[in-house]
Amino acid sequence: MSTVATPAPTPGRRRRKSRLQRRQARLGWLLLLPALAVVAFVAIYPLGKTVYQSFTNQEFLAGIEPTKWVGLQNYRDLWHDTIFRQSVWETVKFTLITVSFEFVLGMIIALVVNSNFKGRGAMRAAMLVPWAIPTVVAAQMWKWMFDDVFGVINDAGVRLHILHHSVAWISQPSTALAAVSAVDIWKTTPFVALLLLAGLQVIPRDLYEAADVDGASKWQQFWRITLPLLRPAILVTLIFRTLDALRVFDVFYVFYGNRPDTQTMAIYAQSTIVSDGHVGYGSAISVAIFLIIGLFVVIYVTFMRVTEE
Amino acid sequence: MKHRALLIVAGLVGAATLAASLSVAAAGTSRPASHATPTKSAAIAPPAVPNAAAIKAKYKGQSIQFVGDGAVGNSHVRDQKLVARFQKDTGIKVNLVPHPAASDASYSQLARAFSSKSSKPDVMMLDVTWPGAFAPYLVNLKPALGKAAKQHAQGIVQNDTIGGKLIAMPWFGDFGILYYRTDLLKKYGYNKPPTTWNQLFSMAKKIQDGEQKTNKNFYGFVFQGSAYEGLTCDALEWVASAGGGHFIDGGKVTINNSKAATILDAMRNQIGKITPRGVTSYNEDGARIPFDNGDAAFMRNWPYAYSLSQATGSAVKGKFAVTVLPHGAAGPSVGTVGGWQLGVSKYSKHKGAATELVRYLTSPGVQKFDAIFNTNVPTIPAVARIKAVVKANPYLTPAIANVARVTRPSKYLKASYNEGSKDIYQGISQILNGTPAKNVLPSISSKLQRLVK
Repeated sequence: MSTVATPAPTPGRRRRKSRLQRRQARLGWLLLLPALAVVAFVAIYPLGKTVYQSFTNQEFLAGIEPTKWVGLQNYRDLWHDTIFRQSVWETVKFTLITVSFEFVLGMIIALVVNSNFKGRGAMRAAMLVPWAIPTVVAAQMWKWMFDDVFGVINDAGVRLHILHHSVAWISQPSTALAAVSAVDIWKTTPFVALLLLAGLQVIPRDLYEAADVDGASKWQQFWRITLPLLRPAILVTLIFRTLDALRVFDVFYVFYGNRPDTQTMAIYAQSTIVSDGHVGYGSAISVAIFLIIGLFVVIYVTFMRVTEE
Repeated sequence: MKHRALLIVAGLVGAATLAASLSVAAAGTSRPASHATPTKSAAIAPPAVPNAAAIKAKYKGQSIQFVGDGAVGNSHVRDQKLVARFQKDTGIKVNLVPHPAASDASYSQLARAFSSKSSKPDVMMLDVTWPGAFAPYLVNLKPALGKAAKQHAQGIVQNDTIGGKLIAMPWFGDFGILYYRTDLLKKYGYNKPPTTWNQLFSMAKKIQDGEQKTNKNFYGFVFQGSAYEGLTCDALEWVASAGGGHFIDGGKVTINNSKAATILDAMRNQIGKITPRGVTSYNEDGARIPFDNGDAAFMRNWPYAYSLSQATGSAVKGKFAVTVLPHGAAGPSVGTVGGWQLGVSKYSKHKGAATELVRYLTSPGVQKFDAIFNTNVPTIPAVARIKAVVKANPYLTPAIANVARVTRPSKYLKASYNEGSKDIYQGISQILNGTPAKNVLPSISSKLQRLVK
């Protein structure tokens, strides 16, 4: 959203810009204006409004209580809110599980489809099938597949003697998180693989040829060439996936509705605003989610800083 | 070469997506308010509007908006037919808008309209739990329709009366009933359905033990155990039928009592024994599908399931019957009231015309039409006794239809109802998933206490 085409002055050379440069900069801003206006309208205004509302006691049905400024009250309540704390923990666990599985599996798939074999094109396209199915639809299908009475997973498991008896994957608290994570991993691994594949394809072939000549093993090539050069792609992938996973709503909603032990942050915010009607408190939850997600981005960027030499 | 492969795959993806969305749509997990059962529907037409000439003289040419039933299925067709007839007879123009499929989406849509003082919609469908929340925004219909309201079931009329004002008229009802397999009861030596929960548990156990020898997926009892509004309804029936009150009685929170704890623990002990373990993630259709497959002996559900279970393709067609739900040690059989009301917005510019539409839609003639055309439960007892209506809705035999109806505590929770109901069903869900009731009820009780003002 923000790569402006103006030539940035290099530090140390603080001379006045030429008239042409200034004119170009002005033109650049002018051309950017419509986009900025749209961003302000669809992103900054709602965000600002949410932050403002989080300091009020606004209710969905006006007239129940007059809306007034309550300062930090919502945030103080949030700090002591055990349900919110549990939803944060649940979401973070889900994020750690899914993102690590998706990353490892996605990397393997990307390496496989990046190599040369017959039917590679078809394979690349076919692996996107799970990604192409709308999440709500996929989640509903999986919910039926997981069912302990008529679900295909239990049926196959029992017939093949992998399972001793039918398991209620979704209902049992002990398997609930694993079940919902499986759906997300199934659905999003192709997306991770695609992003990593794009990164793999820009690594020059001759580096590997040179490594071959030097006698490096495939394993060494992976650790010394592929992984370091893939770092920008990895960073983008992890940030994308982590952000998505932290905002997860649809799979959980289809699987569990408002079940207390499987609420994610987004579901808690939605039910607080839409069904309970507490716009003020719900906004505070939304702002907290925004900050938590921001924290993850900061962590990623600091630990995996892309060197731009 | 590569492009062709891509095209084929894209086609496959498209087909898979389409098939998946169709199958989900067909499963229709929404509430029974908008179910599609076009049985014997062609025979009956909407009745004429009574007193049409006088209404025409007064309101002809006015235009009102009516938010009716969901856009999918027979209910919307019913709305269209009724509105067309009303327009023709009275000259009032009615703009029919279907409500969103999800109940909480229609709730928030109306909440938005009311809080912005919008003059549209004029007439709207209201769930049985909403009057408390929306009362300040609705017209008192008592002066115009108070007399007509006397024909309706008084429990529902009371539910729609807030602070002495009749803010909505009952349109069609719903109540929980027990479905049971007549063939299996006979096979295992029972000549009548269970009357107490303990009887149901032991019958379910015996039938399940026998049937599981040939069908590993067979279970005794299914109900709505997922953490959602449906569980509040089911739990209210358990607790009230055991003499444990109605969660909130006379403005006091009563959910934390030993009778409630006993019946809830009894239910918890049956999860995974006579019910599938997965029953704690079932909604209405989640229970109906195994029952229709022939995989359950007993089911608690709403009347909407009747015509679907009796339809061609159902494995239990002609093999089941319905009765009142069982009761506990110290209470009567009860059924939780569901269903929909019609209200008129305070901000409507044509309150008179809007009220006339409500008068027509809630009249005995229309209720009869709706019961036969769309198998909805009439809220007028006299209509429920008409032979043709009972024939279309066999659960309306007096023995079943006269069961005590219990209402969810929306009257006391008002605008906080959704939040209170969430506290209830989340707590009950914890119990069903293994926590003893005595560890959960005090916390539900204190949460509800906070909401009752």
